[in-house]
Amino acid sequence: MTDKKGYYGQWGGAFIPEVLHETFVQLNAAYNDARADSAFWKEYIALMGSYSCRPTPLTHVENLSRHFNGAQIFVKREDLNHTGAHKANNVMGQGLLVRRMGKKRVIAETGAGQHGVATATMAARFGFECTIYMGEEDVMRQRPNVFWMEKLGATVVPVTSGARTLKDAMNEAFRDWVTSMDDTHYVIGTVCGPHPFPEMVAWFQSIIGSEARKQITEVFGKLPSRVYACVGGGSNAMGVFQGFLDDPDVELIGVEAGGKGLETGRHATRLTGDDASAGVAQGYKTMFLQDDDGQMRDTHSVAAGLDYIGVSPILTDLWEKGRVRFATATDDEVMNALDLTMKKEGIIPALESAHAFVQAYKEAGELTPDDAIIINMSGRGDKDIFTIAHAFGDPSWKEFIREKGAEYAAEK
Amino acid sequence: MQLKNKIRAALNEKKILLMTHLVLGYPSLSVNREVIRQMVENGVDIIEMQIPFSEPIADGPMILKANQDSIAGGITVKECLEFAAEITAAYDIPFLFMTYYNIIYKYGEEAFFKKAVEIGIQGFIVPDLPPEEGESFHRLAAKYGIAPILIFAPTSTDDRMKEVTASAKGFIYCVARRGVTGKKTEFTEDFDSYMARCRKATDLPLAVGFGISGKEDVDYLVGKADIAVIGTRTIQLVDAEGAAAVGPFVAGLR
Repeated sequence: MTDKKGYYGQWGGAFIPEVLHETFVQLNAAYNDARADSAFWKEYIALMGSYSCRPTPLTHVENLSRHFNGAQIFVKREDLNHTGAHKANNVMGQGLLVRRMGKKRVIAETGAGQHGVATATMAARFGFECTIYMGEEDVMRQRPNVFWMEKLGATVVPVTSGARTLKDAMNEAFRDWVTSMDDTHYVIGTVCGPHPFPEMVAWFQSIIGSEARKQITEVFGKLPSRVYACVGGGSNAMGVFQGFLDDPDVELIGVEAGGKGLETGRHATRLTGDDASAGVAQGYKTMFLQDDDGQMRDTHSVAAGLDYIGVSPILTDLWEKGRVRFATATDDEVMNALDLTMKKEGIIPALESAHAFVQAYKEAGELTPDDAIIINMSGRGDKDIFTIAHAFGDPSWKEFIREKGAEYAAEK
Repeated sequence: MQLKNKIRAALNEKKILLMTHLVLGYPSLSVNREVIRQMVENGVDIIEMQIPFSEPIADGPMILKANQDSIAGGITVKECLEFAAEITAAYDIPFLFMTYYNIIYKYGEEAFFKKAVEIGIQGFIVPDLPPEEGESFHRLAAKYGIAPILIFAPTSTDDRMKEVTASAKGFIYCVARRGVTGKKTEFTEDFDSYMARCRKATDLPLAVGFGISGKEDVDYLVGKADIAVIGTRTIQLVDAEGAAAVGPFVAGLR
């Protein structure tokens, strides 16, 4: 799908400081070698099978299918990966590559903390040193993930510049890398950033789509009519979509974070609506949420993992070519979909993943029981109990926290 | 006169030139105005004016903060361009724009070059635009006679330096070490052999920046480089002691 040097249509590229040129030459070579070596992919599949519950199941959610009285709804269970999200696919793949390159240290940016936890897990498993950059704002919002990263042996560096969120953590990771590139690999968490990251991360995530395609064919006898995935940077969406890109009858739908609503300006919606424009930042060209001068704007979503200014150049190209349709889900719609999914199926999607459920629920009734749709459940919500309990405003949870707080305060 | 020739001419009279840097709008355009006056009156040869960007990945904490504070203070690209026009009209030394590619891209690449020529800017430094991504940029730079200042790094191979210099004009900006702006650079034998490699790779004058903070550093560069670049240090100085401290500091560098 690449025309030249990591471009997808007019999007992508590698806008990197000169000091990293040689690092990228080496990374591209290592990646191309690995890609050409079938033993590498076999090793990857075996590792994901023994360490991370792959293949993940495709669950037919019959109660919800009946509830909407339309398509048969299937859920691809990326939540059942080790560390609870599709992020594991990418980090374990990059871990194998780092070992191949002979580097000893990994760094990563993280927003919600999922990618940070996954990277820290990978680093522990492979014996790498690990530093995670995380916006100060996110460190406070996602304390449990910080706890796990530290327990897994990683150093978590709170980033105090800019908006103190994901994009700032990414900038800070680059600043580390321009100093430490000789022994350090930067494990970018999504299908964004300079080439080869979008293509490489999409490759590792393609395991989702190839499994899903096989599974739906086995259990349903034909391909799905539609496939839904939430889109922050876009890695889980790229992962599942790649299983169906060459099937023109399978409609692919990316769901962005509508936050408080498009009209409020408090959202992270790049490809739905008209708020984003073409730009170059963080090493690549895509549609960014920016002002007329090219300064990046603050974004908002209840789901920290979708709260980002840019989007994968590969998805932007697929959007421009009309292959992927985009929609948005607001924070309120997300909470309702999450509630319904838990009550009807006993499944707890992450807030990020719940965006995909929102759009699937809006459309399921348009189809018939002869049609199948797949929702990619990128991660599980139960480990984000602090965030989700807060988003629900749950009174008994708040009481529990107050009591715990009092207990800890008394220890001082 | 072309930037390169101006530099060559100045080098007939000085053993090393001084290039200073500032972030437009930090702490304010009026302080910028006074700082530039102090710089020029105390013998600075070239000034790079940085148009702030919200995501300056090649800059260290000090310049990062200056970028973000300037934007938070409401600076616009338009104001930066108007200010630059006023400054280039007032002083007779070469002025450059330093910024990240998105600022130029968003303004409209050709419109930005046109505007820069109209203002009298002599060159651009764009740290996140490697030559292979800058096809249209370099075509426009040639068309409008603006020098694209490109970068060598200690990690650059000899072959890479040759590739880079093929697209460069004016001078080459040699990054003294790995990392971002603002940290002290230790000059060692490795640095000397790096500078020798730079010299061999290009006929353009060589500027050295990143971590150059005082007379000792500038003295060390005499005979190795043509231009010493002072960046973060003057921003710190203005923060700590005000614009008036810049003149004596610059006067004492050489």
